Amino acid sequence: MRVDSRSAFETLRAEALRRGKERSREVLVCCGTGCLANGSAKVADAFTAELAARGLDATVGTFTKRTGCHGFCERGPLVVVQPEGILYTQVKPKDVAEICDATISRGEVVKRLLYKDPADKRRVERYGDVPFYAHQTRIAMRNIGKIDPTDLLDAIAHGAYGGMVRALLDLDPERVIAEVERSGLRGRGGAGFATARKWKACRAARGERKFVLCNGDEGDPGAFKDRSIMEGDPHSVLEGMVIGAWAVGAHEGFIYVRDEYPLAVVNLTVAIEQAKAHGLLGTDILGTGFDFDVRISRGGGAFVCGESSALMRSIEGRVGEPRAKYVHATDRGLFDLPTVLNNVETWAHIGAILEHGWQWFAAFGTEKSKGTKAFSLVGKVKNTGLIELPMGMTLRKIIYDIGGGIIDDRPFKAVQTGGPSGGCVPESLLDLPVDYEKLTEAGSMMGSGGMIVMDDRTCMVDVARYFLKFLTEESCGKCVPCREGLKQMLAIFEDLVAGRGRVGDIERIEELSAGMQWGSLCELGKSAPNPVLSTLRYFRPEYEAHIYTQACPAGMCRDLTAYEILPDACDGCHLCFKACPADAIAGKVKEKHVILQEKCISCGACYDVCPTQAIRFFPKHPVAAAREAS
Amino acid sequence: MSTASRGERGQGTGDRGQATVQPGTATVTVTIDGRPVKVPEGTTLLNAARDAGIAIPTLCDHEGLEPWGGCRLCVVDITRTSWEGWSKMVVSCMYAAEDGLVVMTGTERVKLTRRVVLDLLLARCPETPLIQKLAREYGVDRTSYQANPDPTDCILCALCTRVCDHLGIAAISTVNRGAGKEVAPPFHEPPPDCIGCLACAEICPTSCIPFTTSDTSRAIWDRAFEMLRCPTCGRAHITVAQADFFANSGDVPRSYFETCDACKRRQTAATFAKLQVLQGGAR
Repeated sequence: MRVDSRSAFETLRAEALRRGKERSREVLVCCGTGCLANGSAKVADAFTAELAARGLDATVGTFTKRTGCHGFCERGPLVVVQPEGILYTQVKPKDVAEICDATISRGEVVKRLLYKDPADKRRVERYGDVPFYAHQTRIAMRNIGKIDPTDLLDAIAHGAYGGMVRALLDLDPERVIAEVERSGLRGRGGAGFATARKWKACRAARGERKFVLCNGDEGDPGAFKDRSIMEGDPHSVLEGMVIGAWAVGAHEGFIYVRDEYPLAVVNLTVAIEQAKAHGLLGTDILGTGFDFDVRISRGGGAFVCGESSALMRSIEGRVGEPRAKYVHATDRGLFDLPTVLNNVETWAHIGAILEHGWQWFAAFGTEKSKGTKAFSLVGKVKNTGLIELPMGMTLRKIIYDIGGGIIDDRPFKAVQTGGPSGGCVPESLLDLPVDYEKLTEAGSMMGSGGMIVMDDRTCMVDVARYFLKFLTEESCGKCVPCREGLKQMLAIFEDLVAGRGRVGDIERIEELSAGMQWGSLCELGKSAPNPVLSTLRYFRPEYEAHIYTQACPAGMCRDLTAYEILPDACDGCHLCFKACPADAIAGKVKEKHVILQEKCISCGACYDVCPTQAIRFFPKHPVAAAREAS
Repeated sequence: MSTASRGERGQGTGDRGQATVQPGTATVTVTIDGRPVKVPEGTTLLNAARDAGIAIPTLCDHEGLEPWGGCRLCVVDITRTSWEGWSKMVVSCMYAAEDGLVVMTGTERVKLTRRVVLDLLLARCPETPLIQKLAREYGVDRTSYQANPDPTDCILCALCTRVCDHLGIAAISTVNRGAGKEVAPPFHEPPPDCIGCLACAEICPTSCIPFTTSDTSRAIWDRAFEMLRCPTCGRAHITVAQADFFANSGDVPRSYFETCDACKRRQTAATFAKLQVLQGGAR
């Protein structure tokens, strides 16, 4: 059915809602990439089969739904039973029969599958009561996990395209832009540029042919929020793009998705076809006469293609290299025509803002950073996963209340935000409210919303080296400061972690960083020194230890660290013996163990498993060892 | 056989003439290092500076090609009185002059950036005279960084690939990315589209593209080319592949390209002389 008027849309929405009501019970099986990897497809199959075999699908209207990512990847595969909202974690196919018996047939919960709060060992029944979810506010991810991303009617039943109907039928383009402007929405790709300003400039740009683009080239290690949105709620992206195109006067659009996201490509393709078939995309949208067509452009997986000018070159079929942006893309972007490029998450916000109004959105967040922001919370935190929170929440609340604290309750050391070009924020800034300005002041950045939590067993010099290595491989190599600078910076850091640091290295690092920041062509090179400078700013003594005494205070740099077993503390549990990958530990059960130094590779596996803290690390280098002894 | 010695060419000469104000064109006035400079609208800061006799070093710039902005040597600081003390760094080869813009070519951070760029290039190309000379001008005698164990003269300015593109041939390109980037023909095989014109080798500021050429044959990029002799003077001036390429690119007959430039000039001069005689006779 083609929707060619407001009443036609209302009819479609009524049908969607009626169908939703018929399904009195829903079993939502997370089929996001994380849960799929943990076998959730088999869980979903088992539910479909089990419910059919028992006839529960017909009698009580139970329906199995394969949804996008619920976010709590740590505990997957996740299953939510509606309408009660009971959350089952780590569900296996063999658990399905029990859930059907107890929950679906008798309305009882299966206690052993409920989430156990590590804080008080209490089993939590409801999805919304789990601390991981309780502190979140979802706008961009409003429907992820609730809808079947390949089912347009399901999306509409949950509010999809409501904002688009208001924008196209009730508002003119200027008023749409004004609405977005007053909402205070800023780019969710990381730079935080005011979305409405971009739209305004593109609307004002001369030329009949304009483009609206979606940046889905999320390439930061550990970031997966854009993937989850594209996989779990592709209609939110399409709806945002239609509204944006209407506002700026564009009729063509591209979604640039990296090819490593095959499920996102499939779900977007399905969504585009369904939206077109229903007149919500393509020609004569909603009967207004407005045309807007979207195509998917698949990227080859180069990190730099997430940079706007490189992304546009890549869509054009040319080598994805950035170029100077002295003329804005809103004047000369894709094919040198006026172009608006927004991030996946930014687009996903638009429909909700237009549906609920700018006041509603602006009520969330801080003075200059409005609304909510998605983060990929990973690293040494108990509850890893995908979260969305109001701007301004403190790092402490994110890491301890949502994330559940540090694994094994070790001390927190730093959190790396903003992806490879971001920075590390130390413990002293744990009460920092997270927004664009505050993160930048702290020497980091919002970036694409990656948040990597690190504990005391993390060497900050090695962390900087890790990100430098990533960036060295991903630099496009066009400009000298980035290509040669990263190579040389990495060489300095390889030396530091190997005990070959030299006096003057810190000064060399600082000068090179300045040259890269000032001289590089694009943001990749300009921001590449961030991981270096932020760790140097907050953890300078660690650098000095590496340089002046060839010691790694965190005991993580293998070339600088040795381990030994303290005989008095060893109870002969033999765990270290089993953990050692190099056969470097001698000892029998219930006897004292010793480390054979000539075989030890300083991996620290023994240290991590020892239950009595009988293993200590110390600097391998004689200078540092002597200094420590004295 | 002829090859230019390394480092003979390179830095822009400065006499492009583009910056000269023609009557009737819109002009803008920028202040460069304290001097007001009036240039046609659209002129780059680099050309405006050169017009005013202010030297800015460059490596990837060439008057015949679109600006590229890769070497970053030509960075300058720009500001405006309305920016209240704030300034930003731009590459002068791409930034167009605007009325009221204040350009500073010698601030501390401009000097530092150029020094770091040259220090890095010297690490990459420790034996290249052009880079050694430029680096010395910025106080770098020896690189502060790890010298390339496998020294090269290629600075990856991409002039070669850009000129090849510009001529419509695109036989070579840069391949790979980051530290592994290099200039190469497709799949490192003899490039099928190459016409042996030597534009890449001639434009190279460090003369690092090897070639040989004689009266009968030419070799470059592992390909051999047969030379074409001028039917008038007999000089081997282009390759047969070049003549074929030009003849197939437009409506001009092949014979036009077969005659060498010197003979073409001589013939034109002779034609003019004849015309003058005829016209003089008619009077």
